[in-house]
Amino acid sequence: MTIDSVRGAPDTPVHAEPELVQLLTPEGERVEHPDYPLDLTTEEIRGLYRDLVIVRRIDREAVALTRQGELGLWASLLGQEAAQIGSGRALAEHDMVFPTYREHAVAWCRNVEPVKLLGLFRGVHHGGWDPAEHGFHLYTIVIGSQTLHAAGYAMGIQRDGVLGTDSAGATIAYFGDGATSQGDVNEAFVFASVFNAPVVFFCQNNQWAISEPLEKQSRIPLFKRAQGFGFPGLRVDGNDVLACLAVTRKALENARTGQGPTLIEAFTYRMGAHTTNDDPMRYRLKSDEEAWKLKDPIERVKAYLVRGDLADVAFFEDVEAEAKRIATDLRKACLALPDPTPLSIFENVYAEDHPLMTEEQERFAAYLESFEGSARP
Amino acid sequence: MSEKQTLNKSLNMGMRKALEDDPKVLIMGEDVGRLGGVFRVTDGLQKDFGEERVIDTPLAESGIIGTAIGLALRGYRPVCEIQFDGFVFPAVDQIITQLAKMRMRSLGKVTLPVVIRIPCGGGIGAVEHHSESPEAYFTHTAGLRVVACSNPADAYSMIQQSIRSDDPVIFFEPKRRYWEKAAIEVEEGGWTPLHSARVVTPGEHVTVLAYGPSVKTCIEAAAAASEEGRSLEVIDLRSLNPLDIGTVVASVNRTGRCVVVHEAPVFSGYGAELAARITEKCFYRLEAPVLRVGGFSTPYPPSRVEEHYLPDLDRILDAVDQTFGW
Ligand SMILES: Cc1ncc(C[n+]2csc(CCOP(=O)(O)OP(=O)(O)O)c2C)c(N)n1
Ligand SMILES: [Mg+2]
Repeated sequence: MTIDSVRGAPDTPVHAEPELVQLLTPEGERVEHPDYPLDLTTEEIRGLYRDLVIVRRIDREAVALTRQGELGLWASLLGQEAAQIGSGRALAEHDMVFPTYREHAVAWCRNVEPVKLLGLFRGVHHGGWDPAEHGFHLYTIVIGSQTLHAAGYAMGIQRDGVLGTDSAGATIAYFGDGATSQGDVNEAFVFASVFNAPVVFFCQNNQWAISEPLEKQSRIPLFKRAQGFGFPGLRVDGNDVLACLAVTRKALENARTGQGPTLIEAFTYRMGAHTTNDDPMRYRLKSDEEAWKLKDPIERVKAYLVRGDLADVAFFEDVEAEAKRIATDLRKACLALPDPTPLSIFENVYAEDHPLMTEEQERFAAYLESFEGSARP
Repeated sequence: MSEKQTLNKSLNMGMRKALEDDPKVLIMGEDVGRLGGVFRVTDGLQKDFGEERVIDTPLAESGIIGTAIGLALRGYRPVCEIQFDGFVFPAVDQIITQLAKMRMRSLGKVTLPVVIRIPCGGGIGAVEHHSESPEAYFTHTAGLRVVACSNPADAYSMIQQSIRSDDPVIFFEPKRRYWEKAAIEVEEGGWTPLHSARVVTPGEHVTVLAYGPSVKTCIEAAAAASEEGRSLEVIDLRSLNPLDIGTVVASVNRTGRCVVVHEAPVFSGYGAELAARITEKCFYRLEAPVLRVGGFSTPYPPSRVEEHYLPDLDRILDAVDQTFGW
């Protein structure tokens, strides 16, 4: 018996690469793309390199803190630094980001202190930064939900009548390859398209949704889905920070000038486990990881800088030292995070007074007091 | 009784038996195949029963339940895994508007034997949406049977009984008890009926009602109370809808006192239904109002304070004390 739904590889392989936008090859060679000219100063490229190294170091520190029991969990961005720094550095002041739980490098670009991200994974709070202050919304753990928020926020920008002006902004919704199966994401595509909303859908296709490879979600390359919804889609080398910067800049600019949504599929790879709770060796081959290692997003920028004599040893050493310093400070700040107080459970549930919150909080305070001096904390 | 098994392994063995016994049984969900589920509950099932029967689905809960309904209409018996309690909500439309109501809509012609397994409850130090207790949304929905296992033996029998049920069953699994071991009963003759409650600790002074992850906490509370000369009768409800009210009433009529324990918020929680029913049926025997110990009426808090949110020994014993002070 053959069952159609479980037959072998689909006709159009989801891994086809012919349409990949690339500006920097894995070997660090600068190539041009007719649609995405990119003129960066050496200083800017060195800045991107610095970002990449620092966010990888932050990520490594968070993984270590988790192993040591200081965080309950961590979703590593290892391998996805270029997709996040490239797109993150394309953002302008008035843009608004709607992240998943893995956009630590985009948070870095939006000046969210890394310790705030760690606080969530440590169980100190559920997020806590001010989205408006950073143009960076709260992490969203429920897969796909935030894409609708991004579409709605974009509809708000549109209604403010600022598109095409200096104060125009766009939204950018981050989500994974797995998320593209969710109803919410598809509904976000419909709303964005129908309203021509200024939103960029930035899908980091890291090839995996926990243990499920992309083939479990799609039989066509993800960026091609955009066409069916009525807006452009493209696939970019997600390990190429320059290409990610260029395509996101253009998509954001289109959105800000009223030309509607774009879907960007950043083709990358989740080099680590899904989270620190996961063991990828149960479902994927070490050799796949090895192959992707050759496309490392940081090494290629380094190779480019070295080859062109655009940075010397001292530069690279300085960046390493700075990254190390940031990681050390982060560790200290993480360990110094105060635990929430028991009575804080009742705070921030409602914007206005609520009698049940008051009642339960008072009762719980009295209860805690009854233990004063005895065993209970 | 056979050897001791962990709770997740007991579920696994129960599903394996169901897959062997009935070719129409399917397992479906996110990561249930090659990975064997994030809690390893379906470990090895895809290897042994194939991808047609143990299905790694696309990442879409409404899709999982909606297609399970379609498969059931076609004669299959899907057992769906929702990865964590907080992720059932995208599927709630399919569950409430379709799964629960199709039988009535069809004047009894349509039967939907769909099981939805949901790991539930907190206490595992997780991030948001991974520690919730959404049972009341489902007990409030007519057309669904709702059960909650608390130990490996029940996990093994109840999952099989649920799969055999011709009605949709919401099956709650106490995630923080997945790795606890106990002996299981493989002989069907030794199983308790799916919708019966069970007295797990007999006692005289106070009836304590619990289900799922709270049962063990209540058993520990009973042990602590007995040191102070108080005898608690702990009842594991096992089935929330239908509710075995007879077992509850018989106990409360003897003890005259009742404390309900669950992790879900108390306000509009399942305990409210219990308290109301017990008050109606045992009014003249009650020495004190039925008291509820549960989560606060807030969202589940960050994990560093979850120990305060979850009902623990002290809060249960405090409520027990209060029933004596009334
Ligand atoms: C609605 C919902 N269902 C299930 C989960 C559990 N879950 C967390 S991450 C994940 C996989 C996500 O894959 P993808 O969208 O590719 O993002 P990635 O983790 O690879 O960045 C799943 C199933 C969830 N968080 N939300
Ligand atoms: Mg992914």
